[in-house]
Order: sequence, then C-alpha cells, then structure tokens
Amino acid sequence: MQRFAALLDRLSFEPRRSAKLALMTDYFRSESDPARGLALAALTGGLSFRHAKPAMLRALVAERVDPHLFELSYDFVGDLSETIALIWPAAGGGEIAPPDLPEVVQRLQQAGRSEAPGMIAEWLDALDETGRWALLKLVTGGLRVGVSARLAKTAVAALGPLQADDIEQVWHGMSPPYDGLFAWALGEGEPPQTDDPVPFRPAMLAHPLEPRDMEVLDTADFAAEWKWDGIRVQAAVSAGRDGRLCRRLYSRTGDDISGAFPDLVETLDFDAALDGELLVVIDGKVQSFNALQQRLNRKTVSAKMMRELPAAIRAYDLLALGGEDLRERPFRERRAMLEQFLRQLDHPRIDLSPLVPSPDWDALAKAREAPADHHEGEDAAAIEGLMLKRWDAPYVPGRPKGQWYKWKRDPFRVDAVLMYAQRGHGKRSSYYSDYTFGVWRESGEGAELVPVGKAYFGFTDEELLEIDRFVRQNTINRFGPVREVRHEPQVGLVIEVAFEGLNRSTRHKSGVAMRFPRVARLRWDKPPAEADRIEALLALLPQDEAAAIR
Amino acid sequence: MREASPSAGTTGGDVLTLTAAGLYCPAGGFHIDPVRPVERALVTHGHADHARPGNGAVMASRETLDIMAIRYGEDFAGARQEAVPGEAVRIGDVSVSFHPAGHVLGSMQVKIETARGARVVVSGDYKRQPDPTCAPFEPLDCEVFVTEATFGLPVFRHPPVAEEIGKLLKSLSLFQGRTHLVGAYSLGKAQRVIAELRAAGYERTIYLHGALERLCSYYRAQGIALGSLEPVGQRAKELAGEIVLCPPGQLADRWARRFGDPVTAVASGWVRVRARARQRGAELPLVISDHADWDGLRETVAETGAGEIWVTHGAEEALVHWCRQQGLAARPLNLIGYGDEGDAAEPAGRVEAAETTAGIGSTT
Repeated sequence: MQRFAALLDRLSFEPRRSAKLALMTDYFRSESDPARGLALAALTGGLSFRHAKPAMLRALVAERVDPHLFELSYDFVGDLSETIALIWPAAGGGEIAPPDLPEVVQRLQQAGRSEAPGMIAEWLDALDETGRWALLKLVTGGLRVGVSARLAKTAVAALGPLQADDIEQVWHGMSPPYDGLFAWALGEGEPPQTDDPVPFRPAMLAHPLEPRDMEVLDTADFAAEWKWDGIRVQAAVSAGRDGRLCRRLYSRTGDDISGAFPDLVETLDFDAALDGELLVVIDGKVQSFNALQQRLNRKTVSAKMMRELPAAIRAYDLLALGGEDLRERPFRERRAMLEQFLRQLDHPRIDLSPLVPSPDWDALAKAREAPADHHEGEDAAAIEGLMLKRWDAPYVPGRPKGQWYKWKRDPFRVDAVLMYAQRGHGKRSSYYSDYTFGVWRESGEGAELVPVGKAYFGFTDEELLEIDRFVRQNTINRFGPVREVRHEPQVGLVIEVAFEGLNRSTRHKSGVAMRFPRVARLRWDKPPAEADRIEALLALLPQDEAAAIR
Repeated sequence: MREASPSAGTTGGDVLTLTAAGLYCPAGGFHIDPVRPVERALVTHGHADHARPGNGAVMASRETLDIMAIRYGEDFAGARQEAVPGEAVRIGDVSVSFHPAGHVLGSMQVKIETARGARVVVSGDYKRQPDPTCAPFEPLDCEVFVTEATFGLPVFRHPPVAEEIGKLLKSLSLFQGRTHLVGAYSLGKAQRVIAELRAAGYERTIYLHGALERLCSYYRAQGIALGSLEPVGQRAKELAGEIVLCPPGQLADRWARRFGDPVTAVASGWVRVRARARQRGAELPLVISDHADWDGLRETVAETGAGEIWVTHGAEEALVHWCRQQGLAARPLNLIGYGDEGDAAEPAGRVEAAETTAGIGSTT
C-alpha cells in the first residue's frame, strides 16, 4: 500500500507526461504480482468497492474528530478524502503493520456492508498520511492523478518491447490483477491467453496528407472515402465458448463504450468485427457532432435519449468475419468482403461508407472542397474530409507510414480578440499560454466582445514568447493565475483562430462552443475593431439553432 | 478589523485594545506590529507584514532592527531601541520584555506586565519545531495569551523537517539532470532550508536568487553556518542537478525559464494541502513551516496557563472553538494585514527589481 501511495503521490504533483510514464514504469518493474496488477486496475478505473461511500467515511471521521473542526477543515481543503487523510488522529498504542494493496482490495471486495467501516478505520490507523490519502482515493474510486487508462497501459508496454496497442489487444479479455501481463511485457513470458471472443483490435490510423505527398503518390493506388464527423468505433460480435453471443462496441482507443449505446449494440447479430464511424442518424440523415456528443461519456442512457438520438454505424472496414482474422489481407479484399457482408446483413442501423471516385488529385481536391456535389443528400455537412487508403495495405495497428492518409477539409477560421490569458502547466508554467478570445456582439451599449472559446496550442515557441510579452505588458486585471488584457477597438491582439466546427452551447455566454480551436496566426497588423462579429459564427450553425441564440 | 475592541473589564481588555493600526497598549502608549505608521512601535520580527517602515520609534531585537535596516534602509524609523531578550524595560505604566519566539532570526514574543501584576504575552508569529537558525520559543506564564493561528486547523500537522529535506535530496538523486528550484521566503525560510540541508550532509554549493543574497549574508554574519553559497548570476543550464533557492513568486516566472526543465519545490506549511501545493506550482512540496501547527498551537496555549486567549490572524475560528471547549475565554481579533507565512508579504519593490535585473538576457 505504501509503495502504491508513494506512486500516486508523485503522479499527482507531476505535470509531465514523460515523467508520469517513467514513474509508473518504474513502479511496475519493481513491484510484484498481484500488487502491480491491482495498481494498474486502480489507475485504469477497473476497481470498485460497493461499500466505500463518502457518507460512510464522513461517519467514520465524525467518531474521531470534532464535527465543527472537521467542517472548517473540509471547507479549507476542499476534498473529502484528503481532509480525512490529513485530520485522522494518529493511532495510539502499538505499531500496527500497514496493509498491502492486495489485502485491501481482497478484503474490502469480500466485506459486507457492516464490516467495511471497521476495516477501513483499522487501515487508516495503520497508515501514514499519504497512505491514508491513497487508500481513500482507491476505495472511493476516481484517483484523479492525471493518468488516463491509455497512459497507464503505455507505461506497462514500456517495460519491454511492446506497444500500448499490444496491451489493448488483450486488455478486454483480462481482469485484475491481470495474471501474466507483466511477465509478458517484460519479455519473460508468453502473451496472456484470453478466451475473449471479442477482443479489441487496435485501430489503424492515418497520417495527414502533406502537399509533397501529392507529388509522389498515384491516386490509382488508393481508395478514397469520406471521413465522417462522428467517432471512430469498432463493433466486435462473436459467440463465446458457451455459445452465447458476445457484443462489444469499442472506441478508437479501446474503451468499451457498449453501455452508452445499448440501442445499437443489442441489434448486432453477426460474427464479425467492423471498423466504422459512430453517428447519430435520424430519418436517414446524419446529425451534427453536437447530437452525438450528448450520447458520449455515459455509463447508462435513458430511453428518451435513445429514441431522440438514435445511433448508427457507417462502416469503413471489416477486420474479422466468421472467426477469421482478415487484417493481413489487402484493403481491396477486405472492402469487397465488407460490401458483401453488409448487403447480406441488411441492417437498418449499419450502412456502407461510400467510396469517392479518384481518377486524379484534381478530382479529389474538388470532392474535398465541395462534398455536397459528390454525395447525395444533406449528409455532406457531416463530412470532415477525405481518407485515402492504399488498396494493397493490410490493416496494421497504429500509424504505419505510407498506407493511410487523411485529407481534412480546411478548418473554419475566425479573427478573434485576446481577452484573458492564463498560465500553462509544467514546462509552460512561466508562460501565459492558455488564451480566451472573443468576437464582437451588438449590445444595448454598442459593440462588446463576448468570449467564444479558449485555445492553448497552435503557436510556435517564438509566438508564445511574443504573446506572453504582450500579456504582461497589457494586463488590466488579475484573477489568480488569469490575467485580463486590454481588448479595446484600437488596442489589443487579434488572433486568427482555426477550428473544426461549431456547436450550440447553453454553457457559454456567447451560445456557441468551438471544436478543436487553436491559434492559426497572430494578426499584429489588425486592430481589434476589425475582428469578426458573432454573426460570422452563427452563420455556421443550422438555421434553427442560430435563431435560438439570436 | 471587523470586530470591535475586545470589551473592557477583562484582564486583556485592560492592557490591550485595538486601533486602526493594530494592537495598542494605552498604558504604555505603544503599538505592537502596527500595520500603519504610529508614534511608537514594538516589532516582533522582521517579516514585512509585521515590520513596516515609517514609525516614529521602533523597539525590537537587535536582529530585527538590523533586518529592517537592510530591507528599508537605515532611516526606517525616527528612533530605534534595542530590546535585550529577557530584560524588562519600563514603558509608560507597564513593564515590557522580549522573549524568543522561534519563528525566524531575532523573532520575539512581547510580554507586558501591568503595575497590578497582570501579564499579557503577544506571541507574534512562532513555531515549536527546532530551527538551527534561531533561538527556540520560550514558553511564558501569563494570564492573557495573544496568539497567531496561521495554521490553526487540525489538518495542519507539520512533519519533521528532516523528512522533507530527505524528499528533496531523494529527488535530486532521481533527477540528476534537472535543477532543483526551491521556492522559500527570503527571511527565515531560505536560511532554515539551507541549514537543514547542511545538517543532512549536503555539502555542495547552493545557488541563490538575487533577492535572497543579502539576508543570507546577514545570517552568516550573525554566526549561522550556511556552507558554500553563490548567486545564480548569469548561470543557467550549467546548474543542472544543483539546488537553487528563490522567492516563491519567482518559481513560475520568467527568471526560472533559464533552467530549462527544473524540478520546482516549494517550502511552505501550505503545501501540505495538495490543491494549495499545485496552485503554488509545487511539483515537490516540502512541508516546512516557520509557524506552529495545530498541535503546536494547542500545546502552547496550554503551557502558558492563560485563561484568556486572543487569536490575531489565520484560522481564528477553529482555534477559538477549541479554546472554548477547553473552558478558556477566547476571542478572534480578525486582524487584517498579516500575511500567510510572509509569502505574500515579500517587499514588492525589491522583488520586482530583482526580477527585472534577472530578466535581462533570460528570454533567450
């Protein structure tokens, strides 16, 4: 427990991704099974304890600490687990050996509701302050130490020659404490044998198409297809050993998102693995990303939501069929099999992503510029560019060179005015590197700037220095780490912001939220008065949504 | 000051009252640590929130007078009087003596004894942990104890300093290629961190931000061994793997960029709370405080034997609550103008000046 606590403690203060990786890899290398497997489960959100709830912990501490002093302390600290860890009185009497991680996990998972509080109190007595904090974080879930599941798996892979995708591939067939995983990662054992009928097959990804690529690549070698503006998924369905059908919907990174889309998952009756785009489709029309976003990141979903925002898959590729792995086969073969498979399946919520004719680069460029001319119906609005896939390429996890290219539509651009700047983190902590920008809007008292988004990348190191200098020299207000900078019609900094799309938002004062905004250019030449107006943004929304904001 | 003067009729109210400038002793005609200029001030220690320039006359320990002269110039007050620790001096109708508070070099508690024999002790800032750079806190019997409560919440229990210094040394051995930048207040904390590093056997040169140099020199002149110290000056990446001390405000400022990718440590009692540590940019929080922690405050209150406790600044509510539970008369004074552990109270002009000087050539 103490080594796990030390790891969490270090992770919670470490802003650098590379250092977080190193800390975890070191821990996995030096810790033994099953503790390291349980630590991995905790870091990837794979552990839960039914009986450890905040109310129970509050009751425990109320038996030991004056309630008024506890409330004052909780107000100051702001985090329940941390307050309890700090305020817990040192246990009198003899030294009790602190528990180890496997003991905590095993005993607490088996404990009944009435046993859990006593168990936790006993451990809190035995642990030091960092240990108590880690224990409480562990048992209440949500470590919040800035580590994603993907990063934790990457740290396991870094033990030896594996890649994170290798871990992903076996991940869903395993459960804590992941027997054999670490030995394999260290190069000391065979890959863990799993009998998971529907493993995640790590996704093949594309490189952005660069202008020079067009000079050397022949379009005849590539299939072109639309890149849809949804989320990339993998639908894997197959019968388990017991003959029952196993269905799973994975995100691009291997997260199991089946729980959020039961309406779709329950209708999958086949034995195959599909690669495609998850979209919300109503009456045959693909809805905006905004509609899909309301269904993401949920563990459960209401009947109303499923009815109003029905999910569908637009298929790109076929990775397995009838128990056969197709990934070694060239795309040409897989595509033909996919077309035939979907024809036979005739599923109302799964369709084929059509190919785009690609006689030459000019034709592709035109298709990319104006997808509406090349694709029937209103779905063209949900196209975010083109994908080029080499006809003879096998399906290779990761981003292999020269196989797949993405040629996204040009981003939207808006000239906005810098309003607030905030310090960055880690290496950027001495720079004002997070920018809130706004555009003009008419109000009763004339034009005013209304914030429309935040950007914290897209600039060069040199530009960062220039903006940082501007922020320091033009600060008019400070709010903790945030500075308000001058933003008047004739004084201020205009930033050309590039973004991928716009959603209606009730959370933002402006009524809109940008997708993927970044700094494209600094317009030192432009006075703020000439920056864009909100109408320029509203024009990008469907008319009814824009009307609701106006 | 939100609350009216403590009511008269109590022992404490007979001796001390509150004015806009702070705690005032009418019978002696002096203020203690006034927040605005007054005719006659008794100053407990040299931190900028307690020791301010512009008073008519200042009485303080020799070290505190020296420190005020270093910070504000020789003309920091119209007249000065050295207080010899433990020696009673008559001022007006009361007798006054100064006694070590264990906070920083020269820090004192002020004891006032009336003609009728009532004793009031004003603690100033104090701590109970050992500190190789100053005299230890001296417990004093009294009827009224006026205490600070900067860390007056039960979540604040300062660990032994050696443990925290150990964390810094361990990080230094783990990240040998990175400068370890330690944010420490220029008066007291910086010298204590250095002295504790020496006590832990760290013998390499320690490098200083310009704002720390003069007070470190002063401590050494007072016979406190700090080992080999050098200004950072124009050095930058060549300090990889070394310890550099700077005021906390410099950690996340342009001056720090010269070190590339330093490990930033913050030496402060506040960093015991994670959110506070992160706010201060601490990747390596070192819980080293020059104030009494919750246990230290309670222990001290009990040791004085006082039946009446006034709490000047900090987390007054919790300490007052605890005192009342013990059957002690306690009242919060909610004094405004005293900072958190001095961090916020670094004399602004000098830090800015240091930043500007250091900033030249640091943007490359």
